[in-house]
Amino acid sequence: MRRAYFKNNWVAAALVAPQLLIIFVFFYWPTAQALYWAFTLEQPWGGGNEWVGLDNFRSIVEDEHYWNSVGVSIVFALCATALSMGMALTLALAADRQLRGYRAYRVGMIWPYAVAAPAVGLAFRFIFNPSAGLMSHLNAIWPGVWDPILDGNHALAMVIVAGAWKQVAYNFIFFLAGLQSIPRSLVEATAMDGAGVLRRMIDLQLPLLAPTVFFLLVINITDSFTDSFGIVDTMTAGGPARATDLMVFKIYEDGFRGLDYSGAAAQSIILMLLVMVLTFFQFRYVERRIHYS
Amino acid sequence: MIERTPALNLLTHAVLLSGLLILLVPLYLTFVAATQTLQQINQIPPSLLPGDQLLSNLVEAWTRSDFGQKFLNTMILAAGVVVGKIAIAAITAFGIVFFNHRLRMLVFWLIFITLMLPLEVRIVPTYAVAANVLSPFQTILDVTGVSWLVGQLSGIELALEWNLLNSYTGLILPLVATATGTFLYRQFFLTIPDELVEAAQMDGAGPLRFLWEVLIPLSRTNIAALATIMFVYSWNQYLWPLLIITDPSYGVVAVELSRLVPDSNTTGGGIPNWHLAMAGTLIVMIPPVLVVVAMQRWFVRGLINTDK
Amino acid sequence: MADISIRRVTKSYGKTQVVHGVDLEIRDREFVVILGPSGCGKSTLLRMIAGLEAITGGEIAIGDRVVNELEPRQRGCAMVFQNYALYPHMTVADNIGYALKVAGVSKGLRREKVRQVAAAIGLEDYLDRKPGQLSGGQRQRVAMGRAMIREPEVFLFDEPLSNLDAKLRVQMRLEIRRLHQRLEATSVFVTHDQIEAMTLADRLVVMNGGNVEQVGTPGEVYDTPVSTFVGGFIGSPPMNFLPGRVDGSAQYVTLPDGHRVPVDPAVAAGRAGGVVTVGVRPEDARFVAGGAPHSLTATFDFLEELGMGRLFHGRIGEHDFVVNSVDKTPPAFGEEIGIAFAPERVHLFDPESGKRLVDGNRPASNRAVEAGAARASAA
Repeated sequence: MRRAYFKNNWVAAALVAPQLLIIFVFFYWPTAQALYWAFTLEQPWGGGNEWVGLDNFRSIVEDEHYWNSVGVSIVFALCATALSMGMALTLALAADRQLRGYRAYRVGMIWPYAVAAPAVGLAFRFIFNPSAGLMSHLNAIWPGVWDPILDGNHALAMVIVAGAWKQVAYNFIFFLAGLQSIPRSLVEATAMDGAGVLRRMIDLQLPLLAPTVFFLLVINITDSFTDSFGIVDTMTAGGPARATDLMVFKIYEDGFRGLDYSGAAAQSIILMLLVMVLTFFQFRYVERRIHYS
Repeated sequence: MIERTPALNLLTHAVLLSGLLILLVPLYLTFVAATQTLQQINQIPPSLLPGDQLLSNLVEAWTRSDFGQKFLNTMILAAGVVVGKIAIAAITAFGIVFFNHRLRMLVFWLIFITLMLPLEVRIVPTYAVAANVLSPFQTILDVTGVSWLVGQLSGIELALEWNLLNSYTGLILPLVATATGTFLYRQFFLTIPDELVEAAQMDGAGPLRFLWEVLIPLSRTNIAALATIMFVYSWNQYLWPLLIITDPSYGVVAVELSRLVPDSNTTGGGIPNWHLAMAGTLIVMIPPVLVVVAMQRWFVRGLINTDK
Repeated sequence: MADISIRRVTKSYGKTQVVHGVDLEIRDREFVVILGPSGCGKSTLLRMIAGLEAITGGEIAIGDRVVNELEPRQRGCAMVFQNYALYPHMTVADNIGYALKVAGVSKGLRREKVRQVAAAIGLEDYLDRKPGQLSGGQRQRVAMGRAMIREPEVFLFDEPLSNLDAKLRVQMRLEIRRLHQRLEATSVFVTHDQIEAMTLADRLVVMNGGNVEQVGTPGEVYDTPVSTFVGGFIGSPPMNFLPGRVDGSAQYVTLPDGHRVPVDPAVAAGRAGGVVTVGVRPEDARFVAGGAPHSLTATFDFLEELGMGRLFHGRIGEHDFVVNSVDKTPPAFGEEIGIAFAPERVHLFDPESGKRLVDGNRPASNRAVEAGAARASAA
């Protein structure tokens, strides 16, 4: 426990004031406003909002498009996370062996993190374009086998691959750091005990990496609900036929295109609750990790 | 350690190589596309080898989208976010860690909660606030009856308004509103030994002096790490600038990219100019990638420390 | 038979050589301690035996196999690490039994062996705990148990007691010694603590700066240190060193304060008229009346009370000198005291190389001393 403090509490107040002010204006107030809009309905002829209780929520829950976006979001979250974490873990285990060229590999794995979401979206949109990109080679042989413009599943797959690609670097960094934080003497002890490389991965490295895995799982899933906007907007705009209509994208569409503030606000509230539950989960596990090692 | 595993080593190299390929292939294809002409790119199927149009495509994409201005804007945005976040994070964390007052925990939690909700889930109301950033205060004044009072006493109608749309301030401030940097600093400050503070107090240093002359120099590597992440983060901002910037002279590079998307996906109705779009993508990708590669040690360190 | 042969072994990291040509023969069932200050290469040497470091030059043989290219698990060694290196996510039982699990031993047999070892180290009640729940001493014992269960030919210890508090260290020293007697395996123990080294070793290997300075039994290393380094490293408080000049007859050495002390003429003969470094242990010096023949005069500085004796710190000329004596009379500060020592307890060293002077003109090499030691113990 800390015991050494400065005494002047007014100085402290002045120091934290700027941040508090900013988060009040740009975080708490908008959140409160979202709540306000979610529970009211704007009068079509102006004159303020009218309290409608849970009506907005009810109409959302009854909207099949909403459930579609929930489903799409879940599929996206699970698939992109599994793909990206699986690949990152394999690469991190391989990189951790520190064979020759290790540093070059490491840099090569990290840089994709710096690419903006729309850039990823655009690049992959080109690559997966049925008539212009890489995939057109495939379509030349079997015409129509790949068509994300018309086929919803193809479009979703494309978005998932783009999302996973973007996340690999982040996961790789954390996995590699986790592996390298395992004390060298433990690795040597397993060698003295007779374990080979694969055995060591299963008996030592993966169990000790478990906290990192949990941590990344939650972060990946949470981020996939929020980060995916840039990719969807540049790749598919939610289509075709809402096949890639992620929750965050639908909020944007309804709120800014459809001008349905109340509906968008209600959806935002639900998404906020979802993210908060996931984040809460994450902090519980992060805490456990600190005690673990 | 002596390890004789030639087969496994081969497999390891194969895994790493294929991983590297998977990560690099999109970049290569983008590059190839950016070097081709309109005809080449619309060939079916298009060539996988680079052409020679790189420079002209880059120049055309640059001028068409006015990337010069966009680069400047994005630089200002990134600089503003980096400086703003670091400065505010440092002083706020200092205020939380080195003073002991009753409201300390409350302030801590207030800031902590902002980590839970990234900007994307509250875009709609945040936009409304940015449209008139003084509206919260206006509402408070209205609700508490102060504006009515002022109106009665002086006949002046209180209407506070400050429109942040289409401005640098509007771009920067909401992005500074989450607590990532504050937590990095807090963690770091918690490792400062009590003895250092006590020694400074015995030497007669006040809190601000201590902050400026002792803590900031000590946190140099943290600053570098945070700056790297924040630069990449703000350079790549898409959703928020998309919403609040409608005046193209304030546009940022990431948003500009979406305008490069060819309108139709098929070849009916206009020929998609993917070569320009890919050239534009390259332009947008390069600065943050350079920063990450050059400062990768700090970048990795920053990521791990902020998200733990 | 698990002899260990270390022949002309060198170790380099890039261009920097850290171990410069070590030759050592360790006999089966011997307890050898490698002693030296930090950075002298002792741990590196141990790890080269284990296979945790590659051997840059020379070769190491265990039994009659040259092991340079063999992986650690193929060498038949078990190691106790300095920070124990216990698997934090496994129970004590799993930690101890891990090597057997890797070797494919059946669960039942494994459980039985683990129980036996746990009984031997006194931790039967702790088998279900995790390392994080154990004290330092208990963790150390688990580390030993993990090594024991493999019944290896060679036991390697890498400064295992450094992280324990003083009292525990003494206790564990005895346990290690007992363990060695019971298991009859060859043991190589690395430490920087000379007391540990002296009490545990059958033979001692003193290293400095990547070189072996001396190999011998604790008695030999104490009585006939082969260089000023060994003389100063072994023994606490360390040996006193004074510059001196051998007189023409090679019977006396003149010390800085002008006094003369008798020395062994056979040793000093080659240096008649030359300068030498004189070494005397604090416990070999005794007080005499001032002015007694063949004594020194030291100016008294201060006293350290040990309980079972006292350390008198003084100065001869400008050189510090320490005497370890049970004498109870406290001198006054600045008082002049007389000190004498027997000629056979005086060690003479070459001032430049630090090497011990022996019969004849040339400084002794450690090889000669080691050869002498081998002859002595084989007899």
